Formats: sequence, structure tokens, C-alpha cells
Amino acid sequence: MRGNRFLIQDYLFHKVSLFFALSVLLILCGVIASLFINAWPALQAFGPGFFVTIEWDIIGGQFGGLIAIFGTVISALIALLIAVPLSFGIAVFLTEKCPAHLKQPLGTAVELLAAVPSIIYGMFGLFIFAPIFADYIQPALAATLGQIPFLGILFSGAFNGIGVLCAGLILAVMILPFIASVMRDVFQVVPPVLKESAYGIGCTTWEVVTKIVLPYTQSGVIGGIMLGLGRALGETMAVTFVIGNAHKLSASLFSPGNSIASTLANEFGEAEPGLHYAALFALGLALFVITFIVLGLAKWMLVRMESRQGVKS
Amino acid sequence: MKVTKQVVLKKIFSVALGLGLAASSATFAADITGAGATFPYPIYAKWAEAYKAKTGVGLNYQSIGSSGGVKQIRAKTVDFGATDNPLKAEELQKDGLVQFPAIIGGVVPVLNIEGVPNGQLKLTGEVLASIFLGEITKWNDPKIAALNAGVKLPDQSITVVHRADGSGTTAIFTDYLTKVSKTWADKVGAGAAVKWLANSAVGGKGNEGVAANVSRVKGSIGYVEYAYAKKNKMNYAQLKNKDGQFVAPDDLTFAAAAANVNWSKTPGMGIFLTNQSGAKTWPIAGASFILIYKDPSNKANAAEVIKFFEWAFKNGQKIAEELDYVPMPANVTDYISKSVLSQVKVK
Repeated sequence: MRGNRFLIQDYLFHKVSLFFALSVLLILCGVIASLFINAWPALQAFGPGFFVTIEWDIIGGQFGGLIAIFGTVISALIALLIAVPLSFGIAVFLTEKCPAHLKQPLGTAVELLAAVPSIIYGMFGLFIFAPIFADYIQPALAATLGQIPFLGILFSGAFNGIGVLCAGLILAVMILPFIASVMRDVFQVVPPVLKESAYGIGCTTWEVVTKIVLPYTQSGVIGGIMLGLGRALGETMAVTFVIGNAHKLSASLFSPGNSIASTLANEFGEAEPGLHYAALFALGLALFVITFIVLGLAKWMLVRMESRQGVKS
Repeated sequence: MKVTKQVVLKKIFSVALGLGLAASSATFAADITGAGATFPYPIYAKWAEAYKAKTGVGLNYQSIGSSGGVKQIRAKTVDFGATDNPLKAEELQKDGLVQFPAIIGGVVPVLNIEGVPNGQLKLTGEVLASIFLGEITKWNDPKIAALNAGVKLPDQSITVVHRADGSGTTAIFTDYLTKVSKTWADKVGAGAAVKWLANSAVGGKGNEGVAANVSRVKGSIGYVEYAYAKKNKMNYAQLKNKDGQFVAPDDLTFAAAAANVNWSKTPGMGIFLTNQSGAKTWPIAGASFILIYKDPSNKANAAEVIKFFEWAFKNGQKIAEELDYVPMPANVTDYISKSVLSQVKVK
């Protein structure tokens, strides 16, 4: 009797947990399907060319997603370019060099940065950072980096403060705590015996970090970076405040642009059912695909690294 | 243990019952619901407050934007919709809706230029269109200088600030530019959201977003509802009206824009108050419209909506003026009561 009851319990438990696990897949499929169905009129009207067309003309009924996709990817890349080295520095300092009495306050400060709501970053960006950026940083960038042949075009144009570069900088501050705290946590789990033996044979801190800590924690580090990238790609409110919301494609990082998330936030409320509505859904689908590609790349990199390690050892 | 569990369950049950009763008694008060344009939201909210104090009937108005208001009334989720971008007579016919203007306001070009005193810059509609088309890119352009003898204009690039979201304010503003500039009409046109051609352009979300960006970006020009320009003490431009006079935006010049309009002759009353004649007329004024079904499914609520607006037309003028809106003139509200609201079947 007793054994039977346990069998039933076990069976039920198995089925229920299976159902929970499958429900995630079900929700995911539902999201993809609904995005696709709603985006279909736009995809049908403009074809795959939708994703590489610049035109976004609501009155004329011509829609293309390139400006928003470009803005999303570029602002996220700028954010990564700044946030990853900074986070790495923070994490190395906190785990290897930090005096014990500073460890706790500094670590908490980094985590608190993650707790700041994104709207606050947006307001800070528009009202405080952008004026400083326009008055001091943009002229300085234009006078230095702007003078380099070819690369200079990235730092040309009017000093408005708001634009793609400003959005990237604000995003960098936003994703920094995620990457930094993940890096710090994984650096901390490196067995002390490995590091101590490295120090014992005369390695410098830099050597210990690059030769022992990083190889040991690479999957965690990549995970942290991808987490940050994912947040940067989907960030809506803060970006809407500072990216300029202009449907324009420009080589200059100073000029206002648009991202997928901010286009959706701005235009969904007022979009009439029809092509505009469908085009917005198509943009949503594009964001979904971009995030999917990012995750896929991360997984692929991890697998490749692990197999390489296998060969080495 | 068992006893306490039962007690707890009973308590939960009674609380739930209480909540249910509270919810059902709340529906007895029959609050009316509306959704739409953001521009008249402050005045509707004030009216609703005063109306509730008097009658006990509340108004739940969601300021989600004009197109949103049209969408919501078509989906029949609200008792009335509100839009600054009036529907055409055939659309009203098709959906079985009636439309009437409830309040008048004005759209104002706001500026951020160094060395130009508040309200001193003069512009014509054509120059304004050229600026927003990106044809005029500097503040000391000869076309602007010709209108502003004696004003020292800086050698500064112009950044255009527009709405990033679809908006009734944009509809009014672009309707004006379409009327006064052939190039604008050919290249851009009028609508709640348009394609902005100026190279140096920034989008802001909502009137407050445009106001914030203009205050922030040096050498910028944008357009906001008058209340926002006044509240934020922004530098604005005078405009040349159809009669060739330069006028400053205020309640009087907005009211003058509505004075010569024959609402009753236009089916659906869907008139943009742009580029109207009259020496004192502000050229970019606009009304905000209300949409109700002729044959509403919730007749009791529709009756309350009508009562609310009739009350507001009679008693809401003072509140409107305090908030820098222009109330509809008495002959127009009479017409609305007699010829428009009477079409709604409330029984």
C-alpha cells in the first residue's frame, strides 16, 4: 500500500514538474507566434527587405526597420565596449587587491547601482548628463578623436548632448553593475589553492588574473557579459530619454537615432491597426531574433571553449 | 491546529465577501469612463473633480493620446473617446459616432536661442515650415533676419524638436504647415505622426518631452500646447497670421481663431482652427473633440457623459480660463446640445 502511494506521488510529481518546464516552452512559442502573426502584414508588404530598409514614413505607409535595428545594436555595442573593461577592473580589484574594510562598501555600491530603476537613469541622462556631455565631452571628443581620418566622422556633427553615443554611455552605466557583480562572484569561487600556488611560483597579480582566474571562470564571465548585453538591447525607458528618437541613419555617433525598444515605446500607443501596427510588431520580432542570436552566440562560444580545453588537458 | 485553520479560512472568506460587496456597491455610483487626447487632460480632470463634488458621479479619464482614444471608443471599452485629430464625417457615419469640440487651445513654437528676449522672435508660417523642413539651418539665416530687424540673431545651428509619439498636437501643427507651405504639403503632409525631414532633429515623448528637449538643446525650436510653454516659462515666437499681423499666443488670440468658424456647417464639426482669418487670430489653434456612440450599449453611462459635458459647458468656463484653455462659445455649445447630443439615444 505504502509503496504504491509513493509511486503515485512520484508519478504525479514527475508530471507536474514536467508541465511546469514545458509551460516555459509553451509561453515562448506563444510569444513568437503572436509576434509573427501580428507582424505578418508588414513582412508580406515589404518582404525581408523590411529589415534592411531605412524608410520609416507613417503617413506614406512605407516602413523599414534598419534605423531602429542599427541604433539598438550600436548603442548596445558602445555600452559593452565601455562596461566590460570597467567591470573587469572593478571585479579584479574587489577580489584580488581590495583592502578588507573597503570590500563590503564597494561591493554593495556596485550592487545598488543595479537597483536603480531605469527611468531614473533616463532622467539623469537627459537633465544632468546630456548638458555636461554637450558642453564639455562632445567638443573634446570632436577635437581629438574627431580629427582622425575616417574614424573622425563618428565624432562629428552638432553637440546636442542626446544621441546614439549618449544612449550607449548611459547603457554602459546601467549594465556595469550586472557584469561587475557576476564577474566578482565567479572570481571569488576560484579555489584559493590555485591562485596561491601561482603566487608562490612568483606570478604577478596580472598573470594570476589572466592565466588562472579568467580561464577558470570564462563561462561565468561570458554569462555576465551576455546578461549585460541582453539588458542593453532591450532597455527602453532610459534609451528613449537620451537617444533622440529621430528616424535618421547617420554615420556620426553624436546624431540622434532610434532603437527598437524606444520606437515601440513611442509609437505603439498611437499606431492605427494596419501597416504601422504590423511594422512595429515586425520590429519586436527583430529584437527577439537579435536577442536570440546573442544567446546562441554565447552558447556556441562556451561550447567551443570547453572543447578546446578538452584538447589541451 | 484544525480549529485555527478553519478560523483563518472563515476570515479570508468574509474579507473576500466584503471586498466583493464593496466592488459591487462601487459600480452603483456609475462612474463614467473616457480615454484619449493628452492635451485636454488637465481640464477634464479639473471638471471631473468639480462635477464629482456636486453630483457624486466620477469620471475616469485615461490620457493615452488621440489615436488611442479613437481606438478605445471603437473597441467600446470606454463611454467616450477624445481626440485632437477629428474624425472625418464619413468615418463618423460608418462607426455610428457623433463628434463635438469640447475645449480650445493653441500650439506654440518654443525656442532656445541665446540673446533673443522672450516672445520677441517673429516668424511666418513659410519660414517655420522651412525650418522644420531643414531648408533653414542657421538662426541668422537672411529669411529669419528679414522678419526680425533690430534683433541680434546668433550664428547658431537650428535643431528641430518634434514629437516622437503620434499626437494630436502634431496633427494640428502639421495641418497648419500644410496650409501655409506648398513644399511642406508636397514633401511631408499632415498627420498625427509625420516624417521629419530636417537633418538636425530630435524627438521627444509627449508635450513634456518636447518641452524638456527644447529647454536642454541649445539653438532648438519645437512646438507644444500653450499650457506647457507657459508652465515652463519657455521662450516662444510670434507668428504672422492670415491677415498679415504678428500675434503672440494667449487665450484671446486662441478665442479669436474660433470666432469666425462656422461649426454647424461642417459635418462632424471636425475643423482644425489653423490659419483662420481675423486680425487678432493665433494661426495654430485647435479644438479637442469628444466621440460618443449614437446608439450606445450602456445607455445610462452615455446619459451621464452628456450630462457631464452639458454641465461643463455651462459651469466650466472659469476653470478652463484658469488653466489657459478657451471654453467653447455659448452659441456653439447651444448647437452641440441641440443638434449633436440630441442624436445620442439614451433611452
